[in-house]
Amino acid sequence: MLQKIWFWLLAKTEPLIEVFIRLCGWSAILFVFGIFFFIFREGYPFILEHLDATEFFTSSNWRPVSEVRPQYGILALLVGTVSVTTLAMLIAVPFGLGAAIYVSEFCTGKFRETLKIVIELLAAIPSVVWGFIGIMVLNPVIIWATDAPIGINVLNGGIILALMSVPIIVSVGEDALKAVPDTYREAATALGASRWQMIYRVLLPAAKNGLLAAVLLGVGRGIGETMAVLMATGHSVQIPHSVLDPVRTLTATIAAELGETVRGDAHYQVLFVIGIVLMTIAMIVNVTADIVVRGIRGKENV
Amino acid sequence: MSRCETYETLAKMLVVTASLIVCPSCSRESQQHMTIRVSGSDTMVDLALAWEENYSQRYPNVKVEVSGGGSGVGIAELIDGRVDIANASRKMKGKEIALAKQNNNVEPVELVVGRDALAVYVHPSNPLEAISIEELAEIYGDGGKIEKWSQIDIGHQACESDEIVRVSRMNSSGTYFYFREAVVGKRRDFKLGSIARSGSKDVVDLVASTPCAIGYSGMAYATPDVKMLKISQKKGQDAVEPTKENAGSGEYPIARPLFLYTNGPSQGFVKDYIDWILSDEGQRIVDHVGYVPVTAVQQ
Repeated sequence: MLQKIWFWLLAKTEPLIEVFIRLCGWSAILFVFGIFFFIFREGYPFILEHLDATEFFTSSNWRPVSEVRPQYGILALLVGTVSVTTLAMLIAVPFGLGAAIYVSEFCTGKFRETLKIVIELLAAIPSVVWGFIGIMVLNPVIIWATDAPIGINVLNGGIILALMSVPIIVSVGEDALKAVPDTYREAATALGASRWQMIYRVLLPAAKNGLLAAVLLGVGRGIGETMAVLMATGHSVQIPHSVLDPVRTLTATIAAELGETVRGDAHYQVLFVIGIVLMTIAMIVNVTADIVVRGIRGKENV
Repeated sequence: MSRCETYETLAKMLVVTASLIVCPSCSRESQQHMTIRVSGSDTMVDLALAWEENYSQRYPNVKVEVSGGGSGVGIAELIDGRVDIANASRKMKGKEIALAKQNNNVEPVELVVGRDALAVYVHPSNPLEAISIEELAEIYGDGGKIEKWSQIDIGHQACESDEIVRVSRMNSSGTYFYFREAVVGKRRDFKLGSIARSGSKDVVDLVASTPCAIGYSGMAYATPDVKMLKISQKKGQDAVEPTKENAGSGEYPIARPLFLYTNGPSQGFVKDYIDWILSDEGQRIVDHVGYVPVTAVQQ
């Protein structure tokens, strides 16, 4: 009897559940477009009225609160974001992928489980704590090691960001490697390949889509991170000449300045235009990744 | 009759219990509405917290919520009507006053509650003892010539690169605007490339760990790990130490008033709070935190 009611309920509610799940899927699109719409709505009056595109993209004079003449040049901020993210990836990608290979292929038993837990713990550290580590620990270390006048700079921000992206790259990369069927490994070993040859020639090519996704998630984290870079890079408007120069990033600028701007003010609006620039960069990275992955797949099919 | 009463009592009890379950704090809040929201200046955050602590000990029914973020943040929140009091270490700008009037239909009211000597800090290893406003303007100002410690005639051994690392504040800070106006120049911008820190304490901390650095913050933020410089108007003139006495007497060249702003004249319990801040007890706290009480300021 109970079972009958149960089946009857299931049959009745199934369409409802279906609608619910469909809504969940659509909501993702809805939210993304909602955010796009909101940011454009706040930023577009600036694009119409004040925006001098040449100054905006080619000047490094960011003086939004100047009494003399407010200037909104984001070149230095753009270079800041790109330099810190690039350095972070130069450090994080080899380390992250190396660690992923180690965890997935060489590590066994209890040690492996412990290592995975520790790496996931690393991902759980709040970014503000990373920022503190940058200022309190890395700043004196960098001054001592390099004789730079100040230790909060591109190098500091890059190391902190790298440490923050490594756990993501390791977790996603390890999953990608684990997804390669064991038959591949067995076949390679049976052909007399050494462990290194097996990894280099068989595993990495087989898992490359997943590994690329891991790296791109790391890049995304790097571009989007705010609090830690705000603290660790020095928040200083200038185009860096070396990794030992302090810089300022796009995200940190929005975070630091939005609170004091009055809604509808040119300064308020320009911060949203920076938001548009950031979203465009993120979109370009994602689309490029998509194209690269498709390209790889295309070649495989031939 | 008695049955009716019983029902009534029961119903009342039910309502009371329900309201207690739904929102335990509502009944108390609705009786008193005694929350004062304060935000703004980072220079004044410690002071505002000390006031809050003492005041809530004395009047436990009044809740004061203090947050920082910078004078600009406090003023923006006052304009939006999100706070009752804005702390500010700079005057409100004409544009901000106009906006506040337009949004709230009353003119913001300004009140001086203390005085601060804006101190210039360097690393203890720095041999420099005094600096002039002229030199500071050349260090911090747009187009300024001074980039190296050797340019102001000191050999700074601990700073091998000889480069002056300028530590500044974010542009939400009242101290940033005061320093720009009083030191850099009224119609001059900051030199780009300064390290911007979000708080007064952050500036002092960074200077303490960086031999090449120079920075500015309220004098209440001094620690044994940094050195405060004496300041003179021009090079060669007598330099004055940033002390409470010198800030009060006006001898120290970059001493500034600390303000509270409200939307229109304060009323009710907010007025009581502000009156208490200006009373002897409130002003003693100003002195205790490290600033100059209004009463000690010589006009």
